[in-house]
Amino acid sequence: MIRSQRTQSTFINHFVLSMLAVFALFPLVILAINSVKTTAEIGRNPYGLPLEPRFQNYVDAWEQGKFATTLGNTIILTAGTITGVLLLASPAAFALARLKLRGSDFLGFYFMIGTSLPPFLFIIPLFYMWRQLGLVNSHLGLIIIYCALFSPFATFLLRSYMVALPEEFIEAARIDGASNWQVYRSIILPLSWPGFLTAGLVVGLSVWNEFLFGITFLQKPELKPLSTSLFAFQQRFVRDWGLTNAGSVIMILPVVVLFLVLQRRFVEGLSQGGLKG
Amino acid sequence: MSQSVPLSSSTVRPDQQPLKTFRPDQRSFLDVLGRWSFVLPILLLNLIVVIVPSIFSFYVSFTKWSGYGTPTFIGLQNFQDLFQDRVFFKALGNNLSWTVFFLIVPISMGLLGAYLLSSIKRGQLFYRLAFFIPYVVSSVVNTQIWRFLLNPRSGIGAWLADRGIPFLNFAVLGTRDTALIGVAFVDSWHFWGFLVVIYLAAMTAVDIELYEVARLDGASRWQQFWYVTLPSIRPTLVFTILMIIIWSSLTFDYVYIMTGGGPAHASEVMSTYLYDQAFSRFEIGYAASVGVMMTIWVMLTVSIFVFLRKRGWEI
Repeated sequence: MIRSQRTQSTFINHFVLSMLAVFALFPLVILAINSVKTTAEIGRNPYGLPLEPRFQNYVDAWEQGKFATTLGNTIILTAGTITGVLLLASPAAFALARLKLRGSDFLGFYFMIGTSLPPFLFIIPLFYMWRQLGLVNSHLGLIIIYCALFSPFATFLLRSYMVALPEEFIEAARIDGASNWQVYRSIILPLSWPGFLTAGLVVGLSVWNEFLFGITFLQKPELKPLSTSLFAFQQRFVRDWGLTNAGSVIMILPVVVLFLVLQRRFVEGLSQGGLKG
Repeated sequence: MSQSVPLSSSTVRPDQQPLKTFRPDQRSFLDVLGRWSFVLPILLLNLIVVIVPSIFSFYVSFTKWSGYGTPTFIGLQNFQDLFQDRVFFKALGNNLSWTVFFLIVPISMGLLGAYLLSSIKRGQLFYRLAFFIPYVVSSVVNTQIWRFLLNPRSGIGAWLADRGIPFLNFAVLGTRDTALIGVAFVDSWHFWGFLVVIYLAAMTAVDIELYEVARLDGASRWQQFWYVTLPSIRPTLVFTILMIIIWSSLTFDYVYIMTGGGPAHASEVMSTYLYDQAFSRFEIGYAASVGVMMTIWVMLTVSIFVFLRKRGWEI
Protein backbone atom coordinates (compact mmCIF):
# COMPACT_ATOMS: atom_id res chain seq x y z
CA MET A 1 0.00 0.00 0.00
CA ILE A 2 2.64 2.44 1.11
CA ARG A 3 4.96 1.30 -1.64
CA SER A 4 2.37 1.75 -4.36
CA GLN A 5 1.58 5.21 -3.05
CA ARG A 6 5.25 6.10 -3.19
CA THR A 7 5.74 4.87 -6.75
CA GLN A 8 2.64 6.78 -7.72
CA SER A 9 3.96 10.00 -6.25
CA THR A 10 7.38 9.40 -7.85
CA PHE A 11 5.60 8.97 -11.16
CA ILE A 12 3.74 12.26 -10.72
CA ASN A 13 7.02 13.96 -9.76
CA HIS A 14 8.74 12.76 -12.90
CA PHE A 15 5.76 13.65 -15.02
CA VAL A 16 5.63 17.28 -13.80
CA LEU A 17 9.42 17.60 -13.91
CA SER A 18 9.45 16.32 -17.49
CA MET A 19 6.86 18.89 -18.49
CA LEU A 20 9.03 21.59 -16.92
CA ALA A 21 12.11 20.25 -18.72
CA VAL A 22 10.24 20.31 -22.03
CA PHE A 23 9.19 23.88 -21.30
CA ALA A 24 12.81 24.86 -20.61
CA LEU A 25 14.36 23.03 -23.56
CA PHE A 26 11.90 22.95 -26.47
CA PRO A 27 12.62 26.57 -27.54
CA LEU A 28 16.32 25.77 -27.75
CA VAL A 29 15.62 22.56 -29.65
CA ILE A 30 13.43 24.48 -32.10
CA LEU A 31 16.27 26.98 -32.54
CA ALA A 32 18.72 24.20 -33.37
CA ILE A 33 16.31 22.37 -35.72
CA ASN A 34 15.35 25.51 -37.59
CA SER A 35 18.96 26.55 -38.01
CA VAL A 36 19.31 23.89 -40.73
CA LYS A 37 16.14 24.70 -42.67
CA THR A 38 15.55 27.14 -45.50
CA THR A 39 13.30 30.04 -44.64
CA ALA A 40 10.69 28.62 -47.00
CA GLU A 41 10.72 25.31 -45.18
CA ILE A 42 10.42 27.03 -41.79
CA GLY A 43 7.27 28.70 -43.14
CA ARG A 44 5.75 25.38 -44.21
CA ASN A 45 7.12 23.21 -41.42
CA PRO A 46 8.00 25.39 -38.39
CA TYR A 47 8.26 22.66 -35.72
CA GLY A 48 9.10 19.42 -37.50
CA LEU A 49 12.47 17.90 -38.28
CA PRO A 50 14.13 19.31 -41.40
CA LEU A 51 13.19 17.41 -44.54
CA GLU A 52 16.42 18.33 -46.31
CA PRO A 53 18.97 19.67 -43.79
CA ARG A 54 20.72 22.77 -45.07
CA PHE A 55 24.03 23.31 -43.30
CA GLN A 56 24.86 26.05 -45.78
CA ASN A 57 23.02 28.37 -43.32
CA TYR A 58 26.03 28.16 -41.01
CA VAL A 59 28.48 29.06 -43.76
CA ASP A 60 26.28 31.96 -44.88
CA ALA A 61 25.76 33.25 -41.34
CA TRP A 62 29.47 32.94 -40.58
CA GLU A 63 30.36 35.04 -43.62
CA GLN A 64 27.52 37.57 -43.67
CA GLY A 65 27.57 38.08 -39.90
CA LYS A 66 31.38 38.44 -39.94
CA PHE A 67 31.65 35.90 -37.15
CA ALA A 68 35.39 35.49 -37.61
CA THR A 69 35.81 39.13 -36.51
CA THR A 70 33.11 39.30 -33.85
CA LEU A 71 34.02 35.96 -32.29
CA GLY A 72 37.59 37.26 -32.08
CA ASN A 73 36.35 40.46 -30.44
CA THR A 74 34.36 38.52 -27.86
CA ILE A 75 37.35 36.31 -27.12
CA ILE A 76 39.56 39.39 -26.61
CA LEU A 77 37.00 40.96 -24.27
CA THR A 78 36.40 37.74 -22.34
CA ALA A 79 40.06 36.80 -21.93
CA GLY A 80 41.09 40.36 -21.10
CA THR A 81 38.39 40.76 -18.50
CA ILE A 82 39.01 37.39 -16.84
CA THR A 83 42.73 38.21 -16.57
CA GLY A 84 42.10 41.70 -15.24
CA VAL A 85 39.43 40.65 -12.77
CA LEU A 86 41.52 37.84 -11.31
CA LEU A 87 44.59 40.07 -11.04
CA LEU A 88 42.56 42.71 -9.21
CA ALA A 89 40.29 40.53 -7.15
CA SER A 90 42.65 37.90 -5.80
CA PRO A 91 44.92 40.21 -3.76
CA ALA A 92 41.87 42.07 -2.49
CA ALA A 93 40.22 38.79 -1.52
CA PHE A 94 43.41 37.76 0.28
CA ALA A 95 43.50 41.01 2.23
CA LEU A 96 39.84 40.69 3.21
CA ALA A 97 40.20 37.05 4.18
CA ARG A 98 43.58 36.94 5.85
CA LEU A 99 44.94 40.38 6.76
CA LYS A 100 43.29 42.28 9.53
CA LEU A 101 42.63 45.47 7.64
CA ARG A 102 42.13 48.60 9.62
CA GLY A 103 39.00 50.18 8.15
CA SER A 104 37.61 46.98 6.67
CA ASP A 105 34.12 48.14 7.72
CA PHE A 106 34.53 51.07 5.40
CA LEU A 107 35.67 48.67 2.72
CA GLY A 108 32.57 46.54 3.06
CA PHE A 109 30.40 49.64 2.90
CA TYR A 110 32.27 50.92 -0.15
CA PHE A 111 31.83 47.64 -1.97
CA MET A 112 28.17 47.50 -1.05
CA ILE A 113 27.56 50.98 -2.44
CA GLY A 114 29.77 50.36 -5.46
CA THR A 115 27.96 47.18 -6.42
CA SER A 116 24.43 48.31 -5.69
CA LEU A 117 24.50 51.53 -7.70
CA PRO A 118 22.45 50.84 -10.82
CA PRO A 119 24.44 50.90 -14.07
CA PHE A 120 21.89 53.36 -15.40
CA LEU A 121 23.08 55.93 -12.88
CA PHE A 122 26.67 55.97 -14.06
CA ILE A 123 26.59 54.75 -17.67
CA ILE A 124 25.88 58.19 -19.18
CA PRO A 125 28.67 60.21 -17.50
CA LEU A 126 30.96 57.21 -17.92
CA PHE A 127 30.30 57.28 -21.65
CA TYR A 128 31.29 60.94 -21.92
CA MET A 129 34.34 60.42 -19.67
CA TRP A 130 35.42 57.51 -21.83
CA ARG A 131 34.87 59.57 -24.98
CA GLN A 132 37.15 62.30 -23.59
CA LEU A 133 39.79 59.68 -22.81
CA GLY A 134 39.51 58.07 -26.25
CA LEU A 135 38.28 54.82 -24.70
CA VAL A 136 34.98 54.58 -26.59
CA ASN A 137 35.26 52.15 -29.51
CA SER A 138 38.22 50.50 -27.86
CA HIS A 139 38.35 46.96 -26.51
CA LEU A 140 40.67 48.12 -23.74
CA GLY A 141 38.15 50.76 -22.67
CA LEU A 142 35.38 48.18 -22.34
CA ILE A 143 37.65 45.67 -20.60
CA ILE A 144 38.45 48.32 -17.96
CA ILE A 145 34.71 48.83 -17.36
CA TYR A 146 34.03 45.09 -17.18
CA CYS A 147 36.90 44.68 -14.71
CA ALA A 148 35.37 47.31 -12.45
CA LEU A 149 31.90 45.78 -12.74
CA PHE A 150 32.81 42.14 -12.16
CA SER A 151 35.77 42.31 -9.76
CA PRO A 152 33.71 42.90 -6.58
CA PHE A 153 31.82 39.66 -7.29
CA ALA A 154 35.08 37.79 -7.89
CA THR A 155 36.58 39.28 -4.73
CA PHE A 156 33.79 37.93 -2.54
CA LEU A 157 33.84 34.55 -4.24
CA LEU A 158 37.62 34.18 -3.87
CA ARG A 159 37.45 35.46 -0.33
CA SER A 160 35.10 32.63 0.62
CA TYR A 161 37.68 30.16 -0.71
CA MET A 162 40.58 31.83 1.07
CA VAL A 163 38.79 32.04 4.41
CA ALA A 164 38.37 28.26 4.30
CA LEU A 165 42.11 27.55 3.84
CA PRO A 166 43.77 26.01 6.90
CA GLU A 167 45.40 28.62 9.13
CA GLU A 168 48.40 26.38 9.93
CA PHE A 169 49.97 26.79 6.49
CA ILE A 170 49.97 30.54 6.83
CA GLU A 171 51.23 30.47 10.42
CA ALA A 172 54.10 28.20 9.39
CA ALA A 173 55.14 30.56 6.61
CA ARG A 174 54.89 33.56 8.92
CA ILE A 175 57.21 31.89 11.42
CA ASP A 176 59.67 31.42 8.56
CA GLY A 177 59.51 35.19 8.11
CA ALA A 178 57.39 35.38 4.97
CA SER A 179 55.94 38.78 4.09
CA ASN A 180 52.28 39.30 3.17
CA TRP A 181 53.10 39.15 -0.54
CA GLN A 182 55.13 35.99 -0.08
CA VAL A 183 52.30 34.31 1.81
CA TYR A 184 49.90 35.39 -0.91
CA ARG A 185 52.09 34.18 -3.77
CA SER A 186 53.42 30.93 -2.43
CA ILE A 187 50.55 29.70 -0.25
CA ILE A 188 47.23 31.35 -1.01
CA LEU A 189 47.44 31.37 -4.81
CA PRO A 190 48.33 27.71 -5.33
CA LEU A 191 45.70 26.55 -2.85
CA SER A 192 42.74 28.57 -4.08
CA TRP A 193 42.79 27.66 -7.78
CA PRO A 194 39.28 26.11 -7.70
CA GLY A 195 38.01 29.55 -6.70
CA PHE A 196 39.88 31.09 -9.62
CA LEU A 197 38.32 28.61 -12.02
CA THR A 198 34.81 29.29 -10.71
CA ALA A 199 35.24 33.06 -10.69
CA GLY A 200 36.83 32.98 -14.14
CA LEU A 201 33.97 30.93 -15.59
CA VAL A 202 31.26 33.18 -14.18
CA VAL A 203 33.02 36.37 -15.26
CA GLY A 204 33.70 34.87 -18.68
CA LEU A 205 30.05 33.91 -19.11
CA SER A 206 28.92 37.38 -18.03
CA VAL A 207 31.20 39.07 -20.55
CA TRP A 208 30.28 36.65 -23.35
CA ASN A 209 26.59 37.48 -22.90
CA GLU A 210 26.88 41.13 -21.82
CA PHE A 211 24.73 43.50 -23.85
CA LEU A 212 24.18 46.96 -22.31
CA PHE A 213 27.79 48.15 -22.03
CA GLY A 214 28.78 46.36 -25.21
CA ILE A 215 26.17 48.14 -27.32
CA THR A 216 26.97 51.50 -25.72
CA PHE A 217 30.75 51.53 -25.81
CA LEU A 218 31.54 49.64 -29.03
CA GLN A 219 29.69 51.14 -31.97
CA LYS A 220 31.98 50.37 -34.92
CA PRO A 221 30.83 47.12 -36.57
CA GLU A 222 34.36 45.74 -36.81
CA LEU A 223 34.83 46.10 -33.04
CA LYS A 224 31.49 44.66 -31.89
CA PRO A 225 31.36 41.48 -29.84
CA LEU A 226 29.09 38.53 -30.69
CA SER A 227 26.14 39.74 -28.63
CA THR A 228 25.63 43.16 -30.17
CA SER A 229 26.74 42.19 -33.69
CA LEU A 230 24.31 39.26 -33.60
CA PHE A 231 21.61 41.71 -32.55
CA ALA A 232 22.41 43.91 -35.58
CA PHE A 233 22.53 40.80 -37.77
CA GLN A 234 19.08 39.69 -36.57
CA GLN A 235 17.67 43.10 -37.36
CA ARG A 236 19.20 43.09 -40.85
CA PHE A 237 17.82 39.65 -41.72
CA VAL A 238 14.68 39.86 -39.63
CA ARG A 239 12.60 37.39 -41.67
CA ASP A 240 15.49 35.08 -42.57
CA TRP A 241 14.99 32.74 -39.61
CA GLY A 242 17.25 29.97 -40.88
CA LEU A 243 20.20 32.32 -41.23
CA THR A 244 19.77 34.15 -37.92
CA ASN A 245 19.13 30.89 -36.06
CA ALA A 246 22.41 29.51 -37.37
CA GLY A 247 24.15 32.67 -36.13
CA SER A 248 22.54 32.24 -32.71
CA VAL A 249 23.67 28.63 -32.46
CA ILE A 250 27.23 29.69 -33.27
CA MET A 251 27.10 32.14 -30.37
CA ILE A 252 25.70 29.79 -27.73
CA LEU A 253 27.36 26.51 -28.69
CA PRO A 254 30.65 27.17 -26.84
CA VAL A 255 28.75 28.34 -23.76
CA VAL A 256 26.39 25.37 -23.62
CA VAL A 257 29.17 22.84 -24.16
CA LEU A 258 31.38 24.43 -21.50
CA PHE A 259 28.42 24.60 -19.14
CA LEU A 260 27.60 20.91 -19.57
CA VAL A 261 31.24 19.97 -18.92
CA LEU A 262 31.78 22.22 -15.90
CA GLN A 263 28.21 22.61 -14.69
CA ARG A 264 28.98 22.23 -10.98
CA ARG A 265 31.39 25.15 -11.00
CA PHE A 266 29.04 27.33 -13.02
CA VAL A 267 26.09 26.64 -10.74
CA GLU A 268 28.15 27.16 -7.61
CA GLY A 269 29.63 30.43 -8.85
CA LEU A 270 26.42 31.85 -10.27
CA SER A 271 24.33 31.03 -7.22
CA GLN A 272 26.87 32.56 -4.86
CA GLY A 273 27.29 35.73 -6.82
CA GLY A 274 23.68 36.66 -7.31
CA LEU A 275 24.53 38.01 -10.74
CA LYS A 276 21.63 38.59 -13.08
CA GLY A 277 22.46 37.01 -16.41
CA MET B 1 46.64 59.89 -2.76
CA SER B 2 50.00 59.97 -4.55
CA GLN B 3 50.95 63.10 -2.63
CA SER B 4 50.05 61.97 0.84
CA VAL B 5 51.91 58.68 0.70
CA PRO B 6 55.57 59.85 0.63
CA LEU B 7 54.78 62.76 2.91
CA SER B 8 53.38 60.75 5.78
CA SER B 9 55.68 57.79 5.38
CA SER B 10 58.68 60.09 5.89
CA THR B 11 57.21 61.36 9.15
CA VAL B 12 56.26 57.94 10.49
CA ARG B 13 59.21 55.87 9.36
CA PRO B 14 59.06 52.74 11.47
CA ASP B 15 62.77 52.68 12.29
CA GLN B 16 62.53 56.15 13.90
CA GLN B 17 59.63 55.21 16.14
CA PRO B 18 60.71 54.47 19.70
CA LEU B 19 60.29 50.77 20.25
CA LYS B 20 59.02 51.08 23.81
CA THR B 21 55.53 52.15 22.67
CA PHE B 22 55.22 49.23 20.27
CA ARG B 23 52.41 46.81 20.95
CA PRO B 24 51.56 43.86 18.73
CA ASP B 25 48.21 45.36 17.68
CA GLN B 26 49.66 48.77 16.95
CA ARG B 27 50.94 48.79 13.41
CA SER B 28 53.23 51.16 11.60
CA PHE B 29 51.88 53.24 8.78
CA LEU B 30 53.91 51.28 6.25
CA ASP B 31 52.43 48.06 7.49
CA VAL B 32 48.89 49.41 7.16
CA LEU B 33 49.75 50.75 3.73
CA GLY B 34 51.24 47.39 2.84
CA ARG B 35 48.02 45.66 3.76
CA TRP B 36 45.89 48.19 1.96
CA SER B 37 48.02 47.92 -1.20
CA PHE B 38 46.27 44.61 -1.83
CA VAL B 39 42.89 46.31 -2.13
CA LEU B 40 43.88 49.71 -3.51
CA PRO B 41 43.84 48.81 -7.23
CA ILE B 42 40.30 47.47 -7.09
CA LEU B 43 39.12 50.45 -5.03
CA LEU B 44 40.63 52.95 -7.45
CA LEU B 45 39.16 51.22 -10.49
CA ASN B 46 35.75 51.12 -8.85
CA LEU B 47 36.10 54.78 -7.96
CA ILE B 48 36.86 55.78 -11.56
CA VAL B 49 34.29 53.60 -13.32
CA VAL B 50 31.40 53.64 -10.83
CA ILE B 51 31.62 56.20 -8.05
CA VAL B 52 32.86 59.31 -9.87
CA PRO B 53 30.43 58.99 -12.81
CA SER B 54 27.60 58.30 -10.35
CA ILE B 55 28.30 61.51 -8.48
CA PHE B 56 28.66 63.36 -11.79
CA SER B 57 25.28 61.95 -12.82
CA PHE B 58 23.58 63.77 -9.95
CA TYR B 59 25.12 67.02 -11.18
CA VAL B 60 24.14 66.36 -14.81
CA SER B 61 20.54 65.75 -13.74
CA PHE B 62 20.35 69.46 -12.81
CA THR B 63 21.51 70.57 -16.25
CA LYS B 64 20.47 70.71 -19.86
CA TRP B 65 23.14 69.05 -21.94
CA SER B 66 23.39 67.54 -25.40
CA GLY B 67 26.67 65.76 -24.72
CA TYR B 68 28.79 68.43 -26.37
CA GLY B 69 30.00 71.71 -24.84
CA THR B 70 29.30 72.60 -21.24
CA PRO B 71 26.10 71.56 -19.46
CA THR B 72 23.74 74.47 -18.65
CA PHE B 73 22.57 74.49 -15.04
CA ILE B 74 18.75 74.56 -14.93
CA GLY B 75 18.05 73.59 -11.33
CA LEU B 76 15.14 71.24 -10.76
CA GLN B 77 13.64 71.73 -14.22
CA ASN B 78 14.32 68.14 -15.35
CA PHE B 79 12.60 66.71 -12.29
CA GLN B 80 9.62 69.04 -12.71
CA ASP B 81 9.33 67.85 -16.32
CA LEU B 82 9.71 64.26 -15.22
CA PHE B 83 6.80 64.51 -12.79
CA GLN B 84 4.57 65.67 -15.66
CA ASP B 85 5.91 63.12 -18.10
CA ARG B 86 3.22 60.52 -18.79
CA VAL B 87 5.69 58.21 -20.52
CA PHE B 88 7.91 58.17 -17.45
CA PHE B 89 4.99 57.22 -15.22
CA LYS B 90 3.93 54.60 -17.74
CA ALA B 91 7.47 53.19 -17.52
CA LEU B 92 7.46 53.29 -13.73
CA GLY B 93 4.12 51.46 -13.66
CA ASN B 94 5.49 48.88 -16.08
CA ASN B 95 8.46 48.29 -13.80
CA LEU B 96 5.99 47.68 -10.98
CA SER B 97 3.95 45.23 -13.08
CA TRP B 98 7.20 43.54 -14.06
CA THR B 99 8.13 43.18 -10.38
CA VAL B 100 4.75 41.65 -9.49
CA PHE B 101 4.98 39.25 -12.44
CA PHE B 102 8.48 38.16 -11.40
CA LEU B 103 7.52 37.74 -7.76
CA ILE B 104 4.70 35.41 -8.77
CA VAL B 105 5.61 33.42 -11.89
CA PRO B 106 9.31 32.53 -11.65
CA ILE B 107 9.21 32.13 -7.87
CA SER B 108 6.26 29.72 -8.02
CA MET B 109 7.89 27.74 -10.80
CA GLY B 110 11.23 27.77 -9.00
CA LEU B 111 9.65 26.50 -5.78
CA LEU B 112 7.65 23.84 -7.63
CA GLY B 113 10.68 22.61 -9.55
CA ALA B 114 12.94 22.59 -6.50
CA TYR B 115 10.37 20.86 -4.26
CA LEU B 116 9.75 18.10 -6.77
CA LEU B 117 13.50 17.70 -7.38
CA SER B 118 14.27 17.51 -3.67
CA SER B 119 12.17 14.34 -3.32
CA ILE B 120 13.65 12.37 -6.21
CA LYS B 121 17.08 10.85 -6.54
CA ARG B 122 17.26 9.41 -10.02
CA GLY B 123 17.49 11.97 -12.78
CA GLN B 124 17.99 14.96 -10.52
CA LEU B 125 21.10 16.10 -12.37
CA PHE B 126 19.38 15.87 -15.76
CA TYR B 127 16.45 18.03 -14.68
CA ARG B 128 18.69 20.56 -12.97
CA LEU B 129 20.80 20.96 -16.11
CA ALA B 130 17.72 21.21 -18.32
CA PHE B 131 16.18 23.94 -16.16
CA PHE B 132 19.43 25.88 -15.87
CA ILE B 133 20.54 25.94 -19.52
CA PRO B 134 18.31 28.88 -20.60
CA TYR B 135 19.92 30.91 -17.81
CA VAL B 136 23.38 30.66 -19.38
CA VAL B 137 22.14 31.49 -22.88
CA SER B 138 22.58 35.08 -24.05
CA SER B 139 19.61 37.45 -24.01
CA VAL B 140 20.20 38.15 -27.71
CA VAL B 141 19.63 34.47 -28.53
CA ASN B 142 16.75 33.84 -26.12
CA THR B 143 14.86 36.81 -27.52
CA GLN B 144 15.54 35.58 -31.06
CA ILE B 145 13.96 32.21 -30.23
CA TRP B 146 10.87 33.73 -28.67
CA ARG B 147 10.38 36.37 -31.35
CA PHE B 148 9.94 33.37 -33.61
CA LEU B 149 7.69 31.44 -31.21
CA LEU B 150 5.48 34.47 -30.53
CA ASN B 151 5.39 35.48 -34.18
CA PRO B 152 1.80 35.65 -35.52
CA ARG B 153 2.68 33.85 -38.77
CA SER B 154 4.99 31.04 -37.72
CA GLY B 155 4.67 31.00 -33.94
CA ILE B 156 2.93 28.79 -31.42
CA GLY B 157 -0.20 30.90 -31.76
CA ALA B 158 -0.60 30.08 -35.45
CA TRP B 159 0.24 26.43 -34.80
CA LEU B 160 -2.42 26.19 -32.11
CA ALA B 161 -4.93 28.05 -34.27
CA ASP B 162 -4.49 25.45 -37.03
CA ARG B 163 -5.51 22.88 -34.46
CA GLY B 164 -8.55 24.80 -33.32
CA ILE B 165 -7.15 26.78 -30.36
CA PRO B 166 -7.10 30.36 -31.60
CA PHE B 167 -6.58 32.35 -28.36
CA LEU B 168 -2.86 33.05 -28.95
CA ASN B 169 -3.11 33.73 -32.67
CA PHE B 170 -2.04 37.38 -32.73
CA ALA B 171 1.14 39.45 -32.53
CA VAL B 172 1.76 39.20 -28.78
CA LEU B 173 4.72 41.60 -28.86
CA GLY B 174 3.06 44.02 -31.27
CA THR B 175 -0.13 44.45 -29.27
CA ARG B 176 -0.30 47.12 -26.60
CA ASP B 177 -2.05 45.04 -23.96
CA THR B 178 0.25 42.04 -24.21
CA ALA B 179 3.68 43.39 -25.21
CA LEU B 180 4.96 43.86 -21.66
CA ILE B 181 3.67 40.56 -20.32
CA GLY B 182 5.06 38.82 -23.40
CA VAL B 183 8.56 40.16 -22.73
CA ALA B 184 8.29 39.44 -18.99
CA PHE B 185 7.24 35.88 -19.81
CA VAL B 186 10.32 35.37 -22.00
CA ASP B 187 12.68 36.85 -19.41
CA SER B 188 11.20 34.65 -16.70
CA TRP B 189 11.47 31.58 -18.96
CA HIS B 190 15.20 32.30 -18.99
CA PHE B 191 15.36 33.03 -15.26
CA TRP B 192 13.24 30.51 -13.30
CA GLY B 193 15.74 27.63 -13.62
CA PHE B 194 18.23 29.74 -11.70
CA LEU B 195 15.72 29.94 -8.83
CA VAL B 196 15.22 26.16 -8.92
CA VAL B 197 18.91 25.64 -8.28
CA ILE B 198 19.02 28.22 -5.47
CA TYR B 199 15.90 26.84 -3.75
CA LEU B 200 17.02 23.25 -4.22
CA ALA B 201 20.29 23.99 -2.43
CA ALA B 202 18.32 25.49 0.47
CA MET B 203 15.83 22.58 0.54
CA THR B 204 18.50 19.89 0.67
CA ALA B 205 19.78 21.54 3.83
CA VAL B 206 16.41 21.09 5.59
CA ASP B 207 16.49 18.50 8.39
CA ILE B 208 14.80 15.30 7.13
CA GLU B 209 13.45 14.57 10.61
CA LEU B 210 11.14 17.55 10.32
CA TYR B 211 9.47 15.86 7.33
CA GLU B 212 9.24 12.56 9.18
CA VAL B 213 7.54 14.19 12.14
CA ALA B 214 5.14 15.93 9.78
CA ARG B 215 4.38 12.65 8.00
CA LEU B 216 3.71 10.90 11.30
CA ASP B 217 1.22 13.67 12.03
CA GLY B 218 -0.45 12.81 8.76
CA ALA B 219 0.59 15.91 6.81
CA SER B 220 -0.02 15.80 3.07
CA ARG B 221 2.76 16.74 0.64
CA TRP B 222 1.24 20.16 0.23
CA GLN B 223 1.12 20.60 4.03
CA GLN B 224 4.72 19.44 4.32
CA PHE B 225 5.71 22.02 1.73
CA TRP B 226 3.73 24.79 3.42
CA TYR B 227 4.63 24.07 7.06
CA VAL B 228 8.11 22.54 6.80
CA THR B 229 9.81 23.49 3.53
CA LEU B 230 8.77 27.12 3.17
CA PRO B 231 9.61 28.21 6.73
CA SER B 232 12.93 26.35 6.56
CA ILE B 233 14.11 28.07 3.39
CA ARG B 234 12.79 31.48 4.39
CA PRO B 235 16.16 33.30 4.44
CA THR B 236 16.88 32.14 0.88
CA LEU B 237 13.38 33.02 -0.24
CA VAL B 238 13.64 36.49 1.26
CA PHE B 239 17.00 37.02 -0.41
CA THR B 240 15.66 36.08 -3.84
CA ILE B 241 12.61 38.31 -3.35
CA LEU B 242 14.84 41.28 -2.59
CA MET B 243 17.05 40.52 -5.59
CA ILE B 244 14.03 40.23 -7.88
CA ILE B 245 12.67 43.56 -6.66
CA ILE B 246 15.98 45.26 -7.43
CA TRP B 247 16.52 43.55 -10.79
CA SER B 248 12.95 44.24 -11.89
CA SER B 249 13.48 47.96 -11.41
CA LEU B 250 16.58 47.80 -13.61
CA THR B 251 15.48 45.32 -16.27
CA PHE B 252 16.75 46.28 -19.73
CA ASP B 253 18.00 43.65 -22.20
CA TYR B 254 14.83 41.74 -22.98
CA VAL B 255 12.63 44.83 -23.32
CA TYR B 256 15.17 46.76 -25.39
CA ILE B 257 15.80 43.84 -27.75
CA MET B 258 12.24 42.51 -28.13
CA THR B 259 10.07 45.63 -28.32
CA GLY B 260 12.32 48.64 -27.76
CA GLY B 261 9.64 49.79 -25.32
CA GLY B 262 6.89 49.78 -27.93
CA PRO B 263 4.34 49.71 -29.36
CA ALA B 264 3.66 53.35 -28.43
CA HIS B 265 5.55 53.02 -25.10
CA ALA B 266 3.26 50.14 -24.05
CA SER B 267 6.20 48.10 -22.78
CA GLU B 268 8.48 51.02 -21.89
CA VAL B 269 10.44 50.57 -18.66
CA MET B 270 12.58 53.16 -16.92
CA SER B 271 15.86 51.81 -18.29
CA THR B 272 14.74 51.80 -21.94
CA TYR B 273 13.29 55.28 -21.53
CA LEU B 274 16.58 56.51 -20.08
CA TYR B 275 18.55 54.84 -22.86
CA ASP B 276 16.39 56.39 -25.53
CA GLN B 277 16.64 59.87 -23.98
CA ALA B 278 20.42 59.60 -23.60
CA PHE B 279 21.59 57.86 -26.75
CA SER B 280 18.90 58.64 -29.34
CA ARG B 281 17.56 62.07 -28.36
CA PHE B 282 20.73 63.28 -26.64
CA GLU B 283 18.74 64.82 -23.78
CA ILE B 284 21.57 63.90 -21.45
CA GLY B 285 20.42 65.95 -18.48
CA TYR B 286 16.89 64.59 -18.68
CA ALA B 287 18.18 61.02 -19.03
CA ALA B 288 20.41 61.53 -15.99
CA SER B 289 17.38 62.65 -13.98
CA VAL B 290 15.66 59.37 -14.94
CA GLY B 291 18.76 57.55 -13.71
CA VAL B 292 18.64 59.44 -10.41
CA MET B 293 14.96 58.53 -10.02
CA MET B 294 15.73 54.86 -10.70
CA THR B 295 18.44 54.94 -8.05
CA ILE B 296 16.13 56.56 -5.51
CA TRP B 297 13.42 54.08 -6.45
CA VAL B 298 15.72 51.09 -5.85
CA MET B 299 17.05 52.52 -2.59
CA LEU B 300 13.50 53.26 -1.45
CA THR B 301 12.15 49.76 -2.14
CA VAL B 302 15.15 48.21 -0.43
CA SER B 303 14.76 50.50 2.59
CA ILE B 304 11.05 49.69 2.91
CA PHE B 305 11.96 46.03 2.78
CA VAL B 306 14.65 46.40 5.45
CA PHE B 307 12.32 48.55 7.56
CA LEU B 308 9.51 45.98 7.46
CA ARG B 309 11.91 43.23 8.45
CA LYS B 310 13.18 45.29 11.36
CA ARG B 311 9.58 45.79 12.45
CA GLY B 312 9.42 42.02 12.70
CA TRP B 313 7.39 41.23 9.62
CA GLU B 314 7.49 37.61 8.68
CA ILE B 315 9.06 38.25 5.30
